[in-house]
Amino acid sequence: MTTSTTPTPPDGDQPALLEVRDLVRDFPRPRSSLLRAPEPVHALRGVSLDVRAGQRFGIVGESGSGKSTLLRLLAALDRPTSGTIRFRGREVTGVPERRLGFLREDLQVVFQDPMGSLDPRMKVRDIVTEPLVAQGHPDRLGRLDELLEAVGLPARAADRYPHQFSGGQRQRIAIARALSTRPAVLLADEPVSALDVSVRAQVLNLLADLVDEFDLTLVFVSHDLSVVRRVCDTIAVMQEGEIVEQGPADRVTTRPEHPYTRQLLGAVPSLERALAGQDAAGLAAAAGAAAPGADADREVRR
Amino acid sequence: MSAATEAIVLPDSVDVVEPGRANWSLRVGGVLVGLVVVVALVSFVWTPWDPYLVDGTNRLMGPSSSHWLGTDQFGRDVLSRLMVGARTTLYVGIVAVSLAAVGGIPLGIVMGMAPRWLQTVLVRANDLLLAFPALLLAIMFGAVFGASTTTAMVAIGIATIPVFARITRSGTLQVMSTEYVLAARAGGRSAPAVAVRHVLPNVTSLLLVQASVSFAIAALAEAALSFLGFGTAPPIPSWGRMLNEAYSVLAVSPLQALWPGLAIATAVLGFNLLGDGLRDRLDPRLADAR
Repeated sequence: MTTSTTPTPPDGDQPALLEVRDLVRDFPRPRSSLLRAPEPVHALRGVSLDVRAGQRFGIVGESGSGKSTLLRLLAALDRPTSGTIRFRGREVTGVPERRLGFLREDLQVVFQDPMGSLDPRMKVRDIVTEPLVAQGHPDRLGRLDELLEAVGLPARAADRYPHQFSGGQRQRIAIARALSTRPAVLLADEPVSALDVSVRAQVLNLLADLVDEFDLTLVFVSHDLSVVRRVCDTIAVMQEGEIVEQGPADRVTTRPEHPYTRQLLGAVPSLERALAGQDAAGLAAAAGAAAPGADADREVRR
Repeated sequence: MSAATEAIVLPDSVDVVEPGRANWSLRVGGVLVGLVVVVALVSFVWTPWDPYLVDGTNRLMGPSSSHWLGTDQFGRDVLSRLMVGARTTLYVGIVAVSLAAVGGIPLGIVMGMAPRWLQTVLVRANDLLLAFPALLLAIMFGAVFGASTTTAMVAIGIATIPVFARITRSGTLQVMSTEYVLAARAGGRSAPAVAVRHVLPNVTSLLLVQASVSFAIAALAEAALSFLGFGTAPPIPSWGRMLNEAYSVLAVSPLQALWPGLAIATAVLGFNLLGDGLRDRLDPRLADAR
């Protein structure tokens, strides 16, 4: 079995938009012993990947696998312990905030919890135009109407506060804000995980449509392989701070190489399997049994 | 585009008032504070007597139809002096709390947003000042600059700065950990803009509660200082001063001590209840528990 942890080579003259090399992020643990410094939490253990323009890049892994940490580093909201991130060939890591303008304009984030990511004391108008104000763009109000229309909210939503909207609507507001500066890259951190199942599909479709319409490059983080499969063309699978498998979405979901990917796939419920009387747990167990190396791998790592 | 129907439906109004749960602290506190404020305002246009009028023939009289609360040992009308004394109490409270807020809030925000090492230094220094009693500082100020209402309220205000700094920091830390601050930073907001646009509006309710409670403490501190002779100087009426003067004639006329005591209790209780009531009303975590 081969597990490709090296990034896919950029095809031809198309350079990578985001280049990540050997990214490590350790979080210090609170000291519990007087004499011994505590072992830090290794959230990322040397992650490398390339995201090319126009790609829809999915990052899948269970909670604690380091995928959200990776996304925050990509957005320069946190600093890595070591390793580098380049955006359009320019260094992002270790650059002071005031010289990150190029990144702030071209790369925006949609967060997981649409209640927590919207300031409860701000009106929708101010929330959506915040990046425009911060970056000194002219014609904010004209842009506001365009944005609200693009995400399917009526213009009168602008004068309301976030708590007056449902979860799906709030996520639309967050998406409108992320699109305000006409970014090239959209990072989405579990954008539908906090939503009711009934509105997930709508928000996902909206996101996919907007990515098409505005020629966005999408980096989509989720624990749910079925969601990632739906919107992404490339998938990286993360486990315990490392990328264990990476490749085209079709290949990864139909012919997974790493046992952990098989496990994740097994956890995706499907109609045929349900009709065949198998449940997710049974499938995961079957996947584990088919790849006896899986558990051994994890033991070694600890 | 599949902008779906779910997004179109907006509620026309949102009912945020919880059904019929009386907030008694807020009501009683509001009434008591309102009473003190009204009395202070009325004293500007009307008092039954001139509060400074000394009348040697009517000393230490009990309540009567001409002097409703009696007269003190100089024959001055007690009610008139109480009314004017309410001004002193409010004046000291307003100036002391404003001073504490103006100094403490920016300090607290810096203590919550600065680099880790600077936070540690500032928090330790703040804790040191927090342990310093307001009354002691005021007595020191009184000894150095001379006892007056101004020195008392400046001293109380300065001593309250660390209290505001601390409470502002705790609110700031909470706000800084939210995703809306991350989103603002991802949108290119600078740290000062985050402080003004996100942190400050989201800690105001916390600060309003603290202001009310600090007001009560300041009123009490002013009374204590005036009683000890480090606050408002005679003959300007102050409740603490009146209590001090009544103390010397306590055996002859115990009622003299009752009135200013009641006035101080009313103001302090009022501001404390108001603070409690505001906390219940404004703190979302407590709102859930209700």
